[in-house]
Amino acid sequence: MRGELHFDAVVIGGGTAGLVAGARLAEGGARVCVVVKGVGSTHLAPGTIDVAAYTPGRVDEPRRGLEQLVAARPEHPYAALGVDTVSDALQWFGERVAGGPFPGYRYVGDLERNHMLPTAVGGLRPSTVVPETMAGGDAAGLTRVCIVGARLRDFHPSLCAANLSRAGVVARGIDVDVQLQRADDNSLGLARRFDDPAWRAAFAAQLALQLRDEEQVGLPAVLGVADPHAVWSDLERRLGRRVFEIPTLPPSVPGMRLFEILRSALRGAGGRIVLGSAVVGAEREGGRITAVRAEASGREVRYVAPWFVLASGGFASGALELDSEWHTVDRVLGLPLRGVPGPDKPRFVADYFEEQPLARAGIAVDDELRAEGADNVVVAGAALPGAASWREGSGEGIALASGYHAARVVLAAAGTGAEATATA
Amino acid sequence: MSWGVGEPGMAGDGVLQELLRGSLDHCVKCTICETACPVSNATPLFPGPKYAGPQAERYRVADEPSVEWSVDYCSGCGVCSQVCPQGVKIAEINAQARNKIKRQKGVPLRDRIITRPTWLGRAGTPTAPIANFSLGFRPGRVLAEKLLGVHRDAPAPKFAGRRFSRWARGRTGPRTGRRIVYFHGCGTEYYEPWEGEKVVAVLEHNGFEVEVPKQDCCGLPLQSSGLFDDARKVVLRLAHALAEHLHDEDTIIVGNATSCTLMLKREAREILGLEDDPTLKLVSERTYDICELLLELHDRGELKTDFKPIDETVAYHAPCQQQGHYMGKPALDLFALIPGLEVKEMTARCCGIAGTYGLKAEKYDIAMEVGQPLFEQIRGSGAPTVACDSETCRWQITHGTQRPSVHPIDYLHRAYGLDGSA
Repeated sequence: MRGELHFDAVVIGGGTAGLVAGARLAEGGARVCVVVKGVGSTHLAPGTIDVAAYTPGRVDEPRRGLEQLVAARPEHPYAALGVDTVSDALQWFGERVAGGPFPGYRYVGDLERNHMLPTAVGGLRPSTVVPETMAGGDAAGLTRVCIVGARLRDFHPSLCAANLSRAGVVARGIDVDVQLQRADDNSLGLARRFDDPAWRAAFAAQLALQLRDEEQVGLPAVLGVADPHAVWSDLERRLGRRVFEIPTLPPSVPGMRLFEILRSALRGAGGRIVLGSAVVGAEREGGRITAVRAEASGREVRYVAPWFVLASGGFASGALELDSEWHTVDRVLGLPLRGVPGPDKPRFVADYFEEQPLARAGIAVDDELRAEGADNVVVAGAALPGAASWREGSGEGIALASGYHAARVVLAAAGTGAEATATA
Repeated sequence: MSWGVGEPGMAGDGVLQELLRGSLDHCVKCTICETACPVSNATPLFPGPKYAGPQAERYRVADEPSVEWSVDYCSGCGVCSQVCPQGVKIAEINAQARNKIKRQKGVPLRDRIITRPTWLGRAGTPTAPIANFSLGFRPGRVLAEKLLGVHRDAPAPKFAGRRFSRWARGRTGPRTGRRIVYFHGCGTEYYEPWEGEKVVAVLEHNGFEVEVPKQDCCGLPLQSSGLFDDARKVVLRLAHALAEHLHDEDTIIVGNATSCTLMLKREAREILGLEDDPTLKLVSERTYDICELLLELHDRGELKTDFKPIDETVAYHAPCQQQGHYMGKPALDLFALIPGLEVKEMTARCCGIAGTYGLKAEKYDIAMEVGQPLFEQIRGSGAPTVACDSETCRWQITHGTQRPSVHPIDYLHRAYGLDGSA
C-alpha cells in the first residue's frame, strides 16, 4: 500500500529511553525505525544518569535506594526491571560513551554510591552516573571552591557559592568578563566558545589571575559541545587544579552530548531515525497493534511492524494529557492508563513540592512492561506508571534501564518468533 | 489587508494567523529550537527562533506596524519546527512575520529578480555562453553587488544552455501503462537537465511510464523572500498544471528538487495559507520526493536491485528542506543497497544557502559562516564527492568545499549501469 514502511520494530520517541531501545534493537540485528515528534528530554535535563536520589530521604547508595523504591511500591518500574537490568544497562551505556563521538569523554559512578553534585543555586543533588566533567563537583572531595560565572544568564556564582557555604564548603563566587558573541548568549553559545582552543586559553589565563591557592573551580556546564574531554582536561591542565561543571538551565550542553552519544550508537548500528514526525494513532487487530500512523509533510505514513516500543514520555512531552474535563489519555496510541486517581479522588494537592497523586499515572503495563491490551507494545521511560521520578531522582535510571529492557524483550521474542515461523 | 479574505481556497489573513498562532501557546520556552537554529548560532543579527517566533509574535498585531525586524535574518530553513517537541509552527510563524516586514518596507528589486527562476532561466538558456561568462565575470559581479545587492562571491549555477523539458518532449519512453508524473523543477530545467534525465532513466528502469507536464516554478523563492501574493499565484498555477495529469487514484507526482516538492507537500499550504485549496491539497497528498518513492518501492519489493558495485566513498548531507519532509533520510537507505559504496553521513546541520538567502549581499557572510561546520566535516570525511538532495545546497557545498556535489539519484543511476559504463 502507498505511504507505508515495514520494520522489525518501531520505536516511538527520541529521548533517552527511545534512543537506547532503538540502538540496542539495531545492535541486535533488528531493522528498526525511531519515529520522533521533536527533540526532547535530553536537551533539558542535566545529562546525568540518576538512578535513585530520594526515597524520600536522601539516598547515598543507589542500589539500596532502588530496593527501597520497589519495597514501598510494588508497581514501581524498578520492580519489573530489577537491579541487574539497571546494572547491565549502565554498563552498556558506559561502553557506548567510550566508543562514541567524543574522544576520551566518559561517565563515572556506579550503583554503590551517589555523587553529591552542586546545582546552579548551590544545593547538593544526589546523582549516580555522571559525566567526568561534573564528577569533580562531588561534595565529598570539595575543600575550597571558586564558582566562576562567565556572563552566562541565569547562572549566579555568588548565589551558588553562598548556598554551598551553608552546606559546609568554603566557597566564593566570581565573574570572568569574557567576550561573548552577544550579551545574552546561552549555554550552547558559550560551549562553542570553549571548543575554540585560542578562546579557551585566553579565558584560562584571565581566570588564573583571579584564583587563590588551593581553590577548585566550578563552572557552568558549558565546557564544549564538540570535544568536551579536550576542553575540560585542557582547563584542568592550564589552571593546575580540579575543574568541574555545574548543570545550567536549558539548553543543557551535557544533555546535548548525551543525545549525540545515543543517536550515534543508533545510527552506527544501522538504525533509522525520523525526526519531526508525530505518531498520531494506531491500527490494531485484536490484542496487537499492527501499525502506527505518523504525520509527515503532505500525508501520514504508516509504520508497520510486529513490535513497537512506546517511549513517548509522560505529561511533559504531551504524550499523556489531562484535558479540561479531567479525562487523562494517551494521545499517541490511545492505550489504557494506570495510576490515574478515581473521579472522587484529588489529582493534585496544594503544595507543589508534595507528592502529586497524578504524577504516577502512566500506560498500564504487565510485569514485563508490555502494554495492557497490546501484547506487542513494550513501554519505556516516562510513559511508564508507578514512579514519581522528579521527586525520586529516578527518571534517567528508569529511562535507560527500561529502554534497554524493551529491546531485550523484543529481540528475545523475535528470536523465538522466527523459529516458530520456520517450524510452521 | 490587500490579500486573503474572501478569495477562494485561501484562508484569510486573520484565519491564517490563527492557524499558526494557535500553536504558539504550546511553546514552553524550552530553547530546543535555539540549539538547532543554524543562523542564530552563526550571527548575533538573528536572536533565534524562540525570540523572533513565539515570543515576538505576541507583540505582532495584524493591522499595526511590525515591532521586530531581526526576523528578516531568519533563513527559513525550518529546522526549528522540526525539532520542536511541542509542535509549535515556529518557522511558519517567522515566514509570516517576514512577509509582514516586506509589505511594510517594500521589496528590493533584487528580491523581485532572484526569486524568479523561470524568468532567469528563460533569459539565460539561449544566451548561456554569455550569461555564464557574465556570472563568472568579476567586474560584472561587483557591479551586480553594488546595483542589486547580489553578493559578488555567491555561488551562481551555470546555465546548461538547453532545457530539460525540450529533451523530455523530444523522446518517447516505454509505454508500460504504469504512469507517474514527473515534477522536475527549475534547477533541472535550466541548470542541471542531466539530473532529470537520470531520474527518468531510473524510473523507466523500474517500469514506470514517465509523464512530464508543462510546468513552471513552485513559488518557493518568492515565498521565502516574503513575496506571498506572487508566490500564491505561481504555486497554484503549478498545482493545476500537475493535477491535470493525475488521471486516477494511483497516479503520483515525483520530484528530485526536494525543497520544491516540500513546497507542494506542505509549505505552500501552511505558510501561504492555502490549506483549503482542493487542487493544492490533492497535489500535496500525491507528491513524492524521488528517494522517498524509491525507498517505498523497495519496502514493497518493487524496486529493482540489480545494482553493480560502486567502490567509492561519498559524503551525504541531508539538506534542511529534505528534513522538512519529516521522512528521515531515505537516500541513506538506498545507498545501503549499492554494493561497495561507503557512505559518510554528515551531521552538521545546514550549508547556509537556504535557497536565495546566501546570494544576498548582506547575508552572504552569514550563510558561509553557517555552512562552515558542514564544509569542515565534508573536508574531514575523505570523501571526494558529496551527495545532497537540493540543488542550491549542492552549489553552495561545492562553493564552500571545492568538491563536486550530485543528487543521490546519480549513484542509483550509475549502480543500475544506466550511464553506459557497464
